[in-house]
Amino acid sequence: MENLWCVAGTIFQLWMFVVVFFIMLPAMFGLSLGVTEVYIQVLVKILEWATLRIQRGRQEQPSASVPLHKGIIERAGGSMEEEMWQLRCSRPEAAGAFCLSDGVYFCKKGLESIVEDQVTQRFSSEELASWNLLTRTNQNFYYISLRLTIIWGLGVFVRYCILLPFRIALASTGLSWLVIGTSVVGFLPESSAKNWLSELVHLTCYRICARGLSATIHYHNKENRPQKGGICVANHTTPIDVVILANDGCYAMVGQTHGGLLGILQKSMVRSCPHVWFERSEMKDRNAVTSRLRHHVAAKTKLPILIFPEGTCVNNTSVMMFKKGSFEIGGTIYPVTIKYDRRFGDAFWNSSKYNIVSYLLRTMTSWAIVVNVWYLPPMTIQDGEDAAQFANRVKSVIAHQGGLLDLAWDGGLKRYKVKDSLKEEQQKTYSNIIVGQNDIRTTKTCSETRGSIMLDQ
Amino acid sequence: MGSRASTLLREEEIEEIKKETGFSHSQITRLYSRFTSLDKGENGTLSREDFQRIPELAINPLGDRIINAFFPEGEDQVNFKGFMRTLAHFRPIEDNEKNKNPPATEPLNSRTNKLLFAFRLYDLDRDDKISRDELLQVLRMMVGVNISDDQLGSIADRTIQEADTNGDSCISFQEFIKVLEKVDVEQKMSIRFLH
Repeated sequence: MENLWCVAGTIFQLWMFVVVFFIMLPAMFGLSLGVTEVYIQVLVKILEWATLRIQRGRQEQPSASVPLHKGIIERAGGSMEEEMWQLRCSRPEAAGAFCLSDGVYFCKKGLESIVEDQVTQRFSSEELASWNLLTRTNQNFYYISLRLTIIWGLGVFVRYCILLPFRIALASTGLSWLVIGTSVVGFLPESSAKNWLSELVHLTCYRICARGLSATIHYHNKENRPQKGGICVANHTTPIDVVILANDGCYAMVGQTHGGLLGILQKSMVRSCPHVWFERSEMKDRNAVTSRLRHHVAAKTKLPILIFPEGTCVNNTSVMMFKKGSFEIGGTIYPVTIKYDRRFGDAFWNSSKYNIVSYLLRTMTSWAIVVNVWYLPPMTIQDGEDAAQFANRVKSVIAHQGGLLDLAWDGGLKRYKVKDSLKEEQQKTYSNIIVGQNDIRTTKTCSETRGSIMLDQ
Repeated sequence: MGSRASTLLREEEIEEIKKETGFSHSQITRLYSRFTSLDKGENGTLSREDFQRIPELAINPLGDRIINAFFPEGEDQVNFKGFMRTLAHFRPIEDNEKNKNPPATEPLNSRTNKLLFAFRLYDLDRDDKISRDELLQVLRMMVGVNISDDQLGSIADRTIQEADTNGDSCISFQEFIKVLEKVDVEQKMSIRFLH
């Protein structure tokens, strides 16, 4: 019995030694020992080798599936008016009236959306072009060769038996020190020393957590980093986004108060620096929320607020509609683009499929999290622009930087039905066609129109 | 964990579907991935709710009619074979198919079968005739509240008058084919599948 306690004590001391000297001290000073970089390079080499083996294996088996492409079908891009005109070429004198062939247009659009639509695919993980040696992404790949399977087996051992315990221990250390550290700092009187100390504590603990996920973060354009009194706006893929951004700066978080472990974390964090936590009942009152955030922003000495205007996690291939509430607060907006490298592990949280615990487990048993963060130049609302237009402007800037698709669809469609008003818009456009208000008869002849539209594709 | 997509679809099933619909092996596996991603209940069949979850289909004025085309008379669930059979109507007609000896049964994506699909959009009670009432109902779906009953009625009357050749005030399938004889159905009712 005593021997067991001795052994446990020694392990604990060793662990503390490792954490303090190899992880915490570098984290406090923002340095890196370079271990993760080497690990990532080794991983890249292994994955490239695996890709080559798979490609070679596929050539030897001609019946195997063709590699995944970016889409299943190719869609024509014309508007409703153009397509109707083409359909009616057989009876140009009937332009402005109903034709039985009109139903064919809606029919084709409907079938195309059944085969492939722009929205539902954003709420599940993107498929990889090649296998990254994780079973969870192995949808279309199967046994290729013995060597590959051995490497995969080794990978499982490394990830589950070596990396996972290490990461869990590190993450829990980081979180508990966050709670302890912020509570201790909270006892100090208000002063600039307190702010500096609070920032140090936050940064250190978030960096420890990031190490706990084997996260490699590349920050670009640091000169555009969000300043005090501003609002930081980013695309949302996972709860880990917060850790990623907080590794490089301190933000005031905005969110709902929770109970349990998360609640303890929230309460202690707010002692050392002002975050904005709302009760669930307060969240419903939009004006109360906006005014509280406005007060925070107006006090120019407070930390920048971090907001995710999509309101929900999306799979990092596109940016969905930004809710305009965040853009009505006023103040300067600092857009940030976050792009995850999917080869090393899928960071997207599919909240309808996995709860937070199984999600964290999957993340901690991935190879690593490699992410690029771009700070974009600050933007403010312009004259004559309303909040929704401003939101769209910011969204397209973020999407453009990250190479993500800019969609106007609401991320909330993950959970609730689409509004009827969108259907009514389509019905209105069609009614205008058959009543003859949209004059689809142009001076072009039938074959000319068909020719020019073919060229556009 | 992964690998649900290809393992649940056996090679024999893929061959059957290939013969019946003419899709290629890779197209069938890709469409099976799509089928399973729509199948939220994970029971191997799709219900009407599964289709309505697609936002672009939910805002399509004829969305309900299109969804209906997938479900045989009186049934509420469609399996993968049924799904593929309906999609096969929209497979493009390849040139080399026209040159081959005509197969025993007409392929699902022939011009006639495509037109039959379009006809059934309007024929609500599946009695092989489009009556004035049925036409009015479908028109109402397409225009919403933007056109008055009277105007819609006269549009329906004019359409039936122009199409009806045997004087029964309904549009039969043959009359429908005649109205659409100049429409490039092969192109307009085909979806370009990438390989």
